[in-house]
Amino acid sequence: MIAEIGHYALTLAFFVALAQTAVPLYGAARRDRALMAFAGPAASAQFLLIAISFGALTHAYLTSDFSVANVAENSHSLKPLLYKISGVWGNHEGSMLFWVLILALFGFAVAAFGSQLPDSLKARVISIQGMIGLAFLAFILLTSNPFERLDPAPLDGRDLNPLLQDPGLAFHPPMLYVGYVGFSLAFSFAMAALIEGKVDPAWARWVRPWTLGAWTFLTAGITLGSWWAYYELGWGGWWFWDPVENASFMPWLAGTALLHSAIVVEKRDALKAWTILLAIVTFSLSLMGTFLVRSGILTSVHAFAVDPERGLFILGILIVAVGGSLTLFAVRAPALKASGLFAPVSREGGLVLNNLILSVATATVFIGTLYPLFLDAMTGDKVSVGAPFFNATFVPVMIPLLVLLALGPLLPWKRGNLRVAVEKLWVSALFTVVVAGGILVLSDEAPLAPVLGFGFAAWVAGGVVTELAERIRLFRIPVGESLRRLVKLPGAAYGMSLAHIGIAIFICGATGETNWTRELVVVAKPGDSMTLGQYELVLDDLSRIQGPNYYSDTATLSVTKNGEPFAVLDPERRLYPVQQMPTTEAAIRSGIAGDLYVAIGEGNAADGIIVRVWVKPLVPWIWAGAMIMVLGGLFSLSDRRLRVGAPKRSAKRPGGPAVAEGAD
Amino acid sequence: MTPKRRRLSIVLIGLTMLGAAAALVLTAFEENLVFFFSPTELQAKEIAPDRRIRVGGLVQENSVASFENGLRTEFTVTDLEHSVKVVYRGQLPDLFREGQGVVAEGKFEGGVFNASEVLAKHDENYMPREVADALKKSGRWQHATEKQ
Repeated sequence: MIAEIGHYALTLAFFVALAQTAVPLYGAARRDRALMAFAGPAASAQFLLIAISFGALTHAYLTSDFSVANVAENSHSLKPLLYKISGVWGNHEGSMLFWVLILALFGFAVAAFGSQLPDSLKARVISIQGMIGLAFLAFILLTSNPFERLDPAPLDGRDLNPLLQDPGLAFHPPMLYVGYVGFSLAFSFAMAALIEGKVDPAWARWVRPWTLGAWTFLTAGITLGSWWAYYELGWGGWWFWDPVENASFMPWLAGTALLHSAIVVEKRDALKAWTILLAIVTFSLSLMGTFLVRSGILTSVHAFAVDPERGLFILGILIVAVGGSLTLFAVRAPALKASGLFAPVSREGGLVLNNLILSVATATVFIGTLYPLFLDAMTGDKVSVGAPFFNATFVPVMIPLLVLLALGPLLPWKRGNLRVAVEKLWVSALFTVVVAGGILVLSDEAPLAPVLGFGFAAWVAGGVVTELAERIRLFRIPVGESLRRLVKLPGAAYGMSLAHIGIAIFICGATGETNWTRELVVVAKPGDSMTLGQYELVLDDLSRIQGPNYYSDTATLSVTKNGEPFAVLDPERRLYPVQQMPTTEAAIRSGIAGDLYVAIGEGNAADGIIVRVWVKPLVPWIWAGAMIMVLGGLFSLSDRRLRVGAPKRSAKRPGGPAVAEGAD
Repeated sequence: MTPKRRRLSIVLIGLTMLGAAAALVLTAFEENLVFFFSPTELQAKEIAPDRRIRVGGLVQENSVASFENGLRTEFTVTDLEHSVKVVYRGQLPDLFREGQGVVAEGKFEGGVFNASEVLAKHDENYMPREVADALKKSGRWQHATEKQ
C-alpha cells in the first residue's frame, strides 16, 4: 500500500510539474501577477509530493518489503541499517528518484527564500526548474519505476553490490547529486535571464550563492568518491581518470569557472553573455554526467542501467536541454549589453584568464572522455584513454592557472599595475625557490615532477598569504590593528583564501603520492616478516570471521617503525555470499606524513597469502586540501552579503581600496 | 583600449590557448591512445612491440596457472575463436575467474602478451562492453552467455 502511495505521489508530481512549467511562464509573459504567484505553491507542492514518494521507497527498504522489485533486487534483510538507507539511492531507479527530489528541493528553496526576487524572474526560474523536473519525472515513470511490484514476493533480496556497502559511499551519491543538481538552479536563472533579456549585478548576486553551494557539495562528493576508491578498491589509487570520475569532474571545472565569472558580473557588470553560457555548459555537463553514468555506455560500478531505452531517453533530455538552451542563448544573448569596460591587467582581466584556462582544461577532459565513445560509434574501433593522456594534457593546461592564482587576487578591479602586483610577490617567490631547492637537495633521483609540484604549491600558498597580509595591511599598521582587521574580514575573503590554500595542500598531497609511493608485494605465511622503508611488518595470524552478511579472511599484521611498535593492521578479504562477490578491505594507518596501506589477496595459511604494502607519503593532504576547499565554500556562503534571500546591495559598497574590499 | 579591441584580444588569447591545448591533446593521443583488440583481430594484425594495447575476452577454462607463489599469473584470453596467452605480474582483481570476461592491458614482448593491468568486471552480471562486442563479432556471444 505504501509503495502505491509513493507511485501515486510521483505521478501527481508529474502533473504538478506540468502546471509549474506552463502557468508561471505564461503568467510572466502576460505580466499577470496571479498566474506568476502560482509558481511558489506549485514548487512547494512538487517538493512535498516527491518527498512523500521518496519516503515511501525508503520505508520499503527499511521494512525489507521484497514485494517491491527494486528492494528485492538491491537489498537484503541482513544488511546493516545504514546500507538499507543508502540502498535507496544505490540503484538506478532510486538514484533517479533522489535526483528529482534534490531538483524539487532547489525549486522549493527559490520559492521559500526568493521573496526579494522580481516576480517575473522568480516565476520564470521556478518554471524552468519545473521543466527539468518534468523531463526526469517522465523518465522515471516511463522507464524506471522504483515501485514496481513482484508477485510472488521473494523470501529475501539479492543484496546491494558489496562494493557499495561502505560508509564513504553511503554519502558520496547524495553529496554529488546536490552538487550536480544544484547547478540546475544556475541554469534556470540563466534561462530566465535570457527570457527576460536582462542580466545585472543583482542577478549575479542571486546566482552566486546557489552556484557556490552546489560547487561546495560537488567538491565534497567527488572527494568522498575518491577517498572511497582509495581505501575500498584495494589498489591504493585515488584518481583513475576513469570516464565516470571525469563525468563529475567536468561540471566541477566548469562550475569553478562559473563561480569566478559570476563575480565579474556582480562587481563590474561585464562578462554577462559568457557567464550565461557557462551556466548552460555547467548544467549540461551535469546532465551529460548523468547520461554517461546511468546509460550503461561506460563500463563501471556506477552503470546500473543497461537498458538501451533508458540511455536513449536521457540522451533525448540532454539534446533538448542543450539544444534548446543554446538556441535561446543564440537568439537572446546579443541583446545583453555589456557596460563594464575593463583593462586586461586588472582583477577582472585575471578572472577572464582563469575562465579561459578552466574552459580549455574542461575541453581536454571532455575530449579524452568522449573520444573513445565517438570513435566506437564512427568506426567501431575500440580505444581507451587513460591517465597518461590526462597527465600529458590537463596538467600542463592547469599550470598557468597556478601561476596566475597567486597574482590575480593582488590585482585591483578596473585597472591594475602588473609590476606593483609582481613586486608584492617577492616573499612568495623566495618561498617557492626555498621549497623547490629543498626538494631538489633532499630527493635521491632526478626529481623534476616533485620540484615543480611542491614549487607551485609553495607559490600558490605564498600568494594566498601575501594577499591576506595585504588585506590586513600587515606590518604597515600596528599588528594589533592588523589582527582586528583579520577578524573582521568578510566570510567571502576567508572563503577565497581557504579555497586557494586548499589547492596548494591538494597539490602537495597529489605530488607526494604520485612521485614517492613505494610498493612491496610478497607472499607470506603466518610468522613471516617483510620490510618496506622504515617499516617492518610481521604477519601474525590469518583467521576467518563471520560478519552480518559476509565472511571475512582477516590477516593480522604487527608493524614496527624503526624498531618501535607502530600499529597492528588487519586487512580483510570479504566474500558476500548472496552476490558471490569478494571485496578487498585494505588496512590503512594514516598520519600527517602519509599512509601505510596494506591489502591482502588470495591464499590460505598453508600456502601463504599475497600481501601488498604501500608507503604513500602525504596522501591525507589530498583529502585535507579538498575539504579545506569545501570549508572555503562554506565560509563564503556564510558571508552576509551573499546570504541567500537578502541579495541587496549594502549601502556602503563603493569606496575603500578594492583589495581590502573582499568577496572574491 | 576600445571594447572591440579588448574583445579581440580576449578571443586571440583564447584561440592561442585552444591551439596549444589541441597540440597537447593530439600529441597525447598519438602516444597514449590504447586500442582494444579481440584475439581474433590480433590474428590479422601486426602490433608494434612497444605499442600498448588492450586484449579482451573470456579467461579460458583451465588455463590459469600461477607461479612464484601467485605473484605471476599466466592465463589464456579467448573469444572462443582464437586465443592469446597473457602473462601478468601482480595481484589479480577480486572478480578475476576462469570462464569470465577480462580485459588485459600491456604489450607484446617476444610473442607473449605482458599485461601490466588486468581489469575484470565490477559485478556478477556485468560483462565488459568491449568483451561483449568481441564475442558478438566472433559469433560466440550466445554460447558465452549461456555458459554463465
